[in-house]
Amino acid sequence: MNPFGYTRAGDVAEAVRTAASDGAAQFIAGGTNLVDLMKERITAPSRLIDITRLPLRAVESLPDGGLKIGALVSNHDLAYHPEVVARYPLLSQAILAGASPQLRNMASTGGNLLQRTRCYYFYDAALPCNKRAPGSGCPALAGVNRIHAILGASEQCIAVHPSDMCVALAALAATVHVTGPAGSRTIEFAAFHRLPGDTPERDTNLQPGELVTAVELPRQGFAAHASYLKVRDRHSYAFALVSVAAALELEDGKIAEARLALGGVAHKPWRDPTAEDLLRGRSPDDALFARVGEHLVRDARGRGHNDFKIALVRRAVVRALQQAVAGGSQA
Amino acid sequence: MTTGKPHDRVDGRAKVTGQARYAGEFSAPDLVHGVVVTTAIARGKIVRIDAAEALALPGVLQVFTHENAPRLAWRDRSWRDMVAPGGSPLRPLHDAEIQFSGQPVALVVAESFELARHAAGLVVVVVEAAPHQTRLAEVEAEAHEPARGKKGYTPPPKPRGRADEALAAAPVRVEATYEHPALHHNPMEPHATTVVVEADGNLTIHDKTQGVGNSRDYVCKVFGLSTDQVRVVTPFVGGGFGSGLRPQYQLFLAVLAARELRRSVRVVLTRQQMFTLGYRPWTRQRVALGAERDGSLRALVHEAVGNTSRFEDYCENVVPWSGVLYECPNTRLEYGVAPLDLYTPIDARAPGAVTGLWALESAIDELADALDLDPLALRLRNYAEEDQDHRRPFSSKALRDCYREGAARFGWHRRSRAPRSMRAGPLQIGWGMATGIWEAQQAPSQAKALLTADGRLHVASASGEIGPGTYTIMSQIAAEQLGLPIAAVRFELGDTALPPAMIQGGSATASSVGSAVLAVCKALQHSLLKLAQTMPDSPFAGRGLDDVVFLDRGLRLRSGTADAVPIAAIMRHAGLGSLAEQATAIPDMARQSRYTSNAHSAVFVEVAVDEALGTVTVKRVVSAVAGGRILNPKTARSQILGGVVWGIGMALEEHSMLDHGLGRFVNHNLGEYHVPVHADVPEIDVLFVEERDDVVNPLGVKGLGEIGIVGVAAAIANAVFHATGRRIRELPITLDKLL
Repeated sequence: MNPFGYTRAGDVAEAVRTAASDGAAQFIAGGTNLVDLMKERITAPSRLIDITRLPLRAVESLPDGGLKIGALVSNHDLAYHPEVVARYPLLSQAILAGASPQLRNMASTGGNLLQRTRCYYFYDAALPCNKRAPGSGCPALAGVNRIHAILGASEQCIAVHPSDMCVALAALAATVHVTGPAGSRTIEFAAFHRLPGDTPERDTNLQPGELVTAVELPRQGFAAHASYLKVRDRHSYAFALVSVAAALELEDGKIAEARLALGGVAHKPWRDPTAEDLLRGRSPDDALFARVGEHLVRDARGRGHNDFKIALVRRAVVRALQQAVAGGSQA
Repeated sequence: MTTGKPHDRVDGRAKVTGQARYAGEFSAPDLVHGVVVTTAIARGKIVRIDAAEALALPGVLQVFTHENAPRLAWRDRSWRDMVAPGGSPLRPLHDAEIQFSGQPVALVVAESFELARHAAGLVVVVVEAAPHQTRLAEVEAEAHEPARGKKGYTPPPKPRGRADEALAAAPVRVEATYEHPALHHNPMEPHATTVVVEADGNLTIHDKTQGVGNSRDYVCKVFGLSTDQVRVVTPFVGGGFGSGLRPQYQLFLAVLAARELRRSVRVVLTRQQMFTLGYRPWTRQRVALGAERDGSLRALVHEAVGNTSRFEDYCENVVPWSGVLYECPNTRLEYGVAPLDLYTPIDARAPGAVTGLWALESAIDELADALDLDPLALRLRNYAEEDQDHRRPFSSKALRDCYREGAARFGWHRRSRAPRSMRAGPLQIGWGMATGIWEAQQAPSQAKALLTADGRLHVASASGEIGPGTYTIMSQIAAEQLGLPIAAVRFELGDTALPPAMIQGGSATASSVGSAVLAVCKALQHSLLKLAQTMPDSPFAGRGLDDVVFLDRGLRLRSGTADAVPIAAIMRHAGLGSLAEQATAIPDMARQSRYTSNAHSAVFVEVAVDEALGTVTVKRVVSAVAGGRILNPKTARSQILGGVVWGIGMALEEHSMLDHGLGRFVNHNLGEYHVPVHADVPEIDVLFVEERDDVVNPLGVKGLGEIGIVGVAAAIANAVFHATGRRIRELPITLDKLL
């Protein structure tokens, strides 16, 4: 771990100002990922800007029926918040499918968006990694890539985004509120995280100095028919090999609205609106779900150890949609 | 009786309140901190190490490398510890050669841990890589008999009959290859050493080790010190599982730094560095079975190749179990080791048996399926009543009772024969079973005891406490022998200043150290009886130890109505403030060598498989164990629980993943090296069957550290087959293999 400076920000403006003045500074909230990254010498911020005293802990109902979640709301508090449990069970399920209670107590909403991949090579400072050290190479391409991406990857990086919560937020079409040196703006969730392309070192489209202040959920919460299915190597405390957030609005036996997002398969939560189009207006049945699963992996590419994820996505999509129709949570 | 009762751990409170101190928790006023720098190439040499930036930091004392480390012992013999395999042991910082990825190449020592860690990141190691090989299949042809030297290794027995001909002629045959990857131990406590430099220059070393004597002798030989200059004190170990059997490199590095700097030094490995130590070797095995249509075994062939390093021949007893477990006229057992550019493997809980039984008990299940026989019935049909390889009887073998009682508890008779025939809702249900076996051993050990007139007993032996409950059962044995409450007994261990004991491994501590504790307490009994006989009107005149019992802090005749005489009164009469004894327990080889002594188990498992997603859930486990006399059912059960949990990990999750391009284990952390979490572990029902054995040792115990894990992986794989009809022969059974 490198020596680093520490600043406790008194308000959002001060936090952003400090960040803007020191390009190598980083915000810290729960620190559940950042501290590990620092210990492993994956990242070496010049300064930590402690944002835990900022007034970003509220969960507010909005006049338009949406819900605004402060960036410092803990994963635990969010998962068990009555409004979330009642109106956005998909989000609650997804959060509870991740990490452990101890981590969820510490981890923040904003931090969850910014957690970094658990790619073995990214996490081993002794090895090359284009995400950690741009241009050094990607050993995962020809290496142990069981947990790696099958969609949207590049020859520079096949890492996957690790979050469960973000898969649900993608399906729910959340909006991210940020404040930076140039003021405040909102980012559609689908545009928040990036595909690796030639710049795998950049996980998100945040601009320098920008701080996530809130995540906003639209009114539509799919409370009646939502399911988060997480498939992993053990029954708890493991990242998803494949996860599916499925949310449906059923009217008169037909799918009026559909949302699907995948985790564990790409550098970002993978939402493919054309797959949702296939569902809209149709009667829910297994053959349709299988076609949707097939459609989602039409451009998928395995790298050897992770080939199985292609078949797994097909099956997991069917299962998640079945569970969503049944209105149930994960089996 | 104090033994046989489910006593709480006498050290439990110390552990949960943090009073129990582990190797990395000892301190000294002059303590400095060492952080290890390792290399990332699998083979090659160090071109140069640039430590200037690290050394420039105020508070950094030294960066030790092969360029500045002192010349030490020259001969391999001096570097070979008590349980080293044949070969040339690793000499950290010896020269520029790199023999495996993760090899330590420097130790950074600084006034604080944080500074040392920071400075370690500034050390630049320039290396020149050479081609390496880490694929077992590529070197299988180079497999050879292991070099001699490893204690406890027994080459496979000579063939019985003509196995290959009998196999070819058998009406029913199965043959398959089984494989499991390298598996790291991952004890909760990382390896750590604190070296305290005493005022007289002597070293007191707190080392994470399963044998304080082994660490002391290694340090003495390597650094040319005498045994009175080095004392190793390790009262607690946070899990060993074999990883602490040999001195590990942090011990060497901490001692090196302490001697060079004349400061007390602590070195604690990181979790990632724990993957640079030994591991259960990657092993490929071929098992071929031939049988009559009624299930009688006619031929058994078991060949295994495990990996070792280029510089030592780690070896383990993988195949001998296949010659002893089942009655079979024709057997051929072969074992070889093949070198890879990895560090040397090291014993891991039930070394060899876990490996061999995974293959053998999978193959037996395959044969049962081929014969359309119940797997348990097939095992009973071929039940061995004597050790055919050594032509001698078993000292005891209650395996049949394990099968019967385990099956009854599990409800095995309700199992439907055909694969894929049991369901629960959308899930496929599978029931599988397997046998476990481990040798019951005793090794020479010593103990001393001091009985004071206030009725307190202090017993000590340089054994270890890696978690099985050694403090507790030794206290129980001593308390029982002298008729004292367990609270009046204090057992001390883990200190080379105490009488020597065997290294804690092989399930032999209860047997070996327990026998020494028994012997020293018998010596006290003898002395007390003698003293009691000198009392006026002694009821014990002319009586021997067989005629008396020690009960309720006193001595009384076994028969008759005479009052008990308190121990305190005996000592008061003799004018003694205390009474000391020392004793050595040596195995009765003349008697023991006429028998084969093994612990056994029968493991029954139910799994549920979600076939669409490939996920396996272990729903319940029954483990029926024949382990001789059970000293403490509570700690004994915990031993078996831990073994079963690790077996679940081996079957379904654990995998030290090798990147062959890099020659490196890449999932080197507990986030990605999966061990079972609570959600993976179902109700585990442990039962101990009655087993009396007066051959194995005076206590009649067989040891329980290993037996709990043996057979579990096969039982789970067999259950997965029963659930799905798919036979997975390569562990772990992850979901991708079932899609």
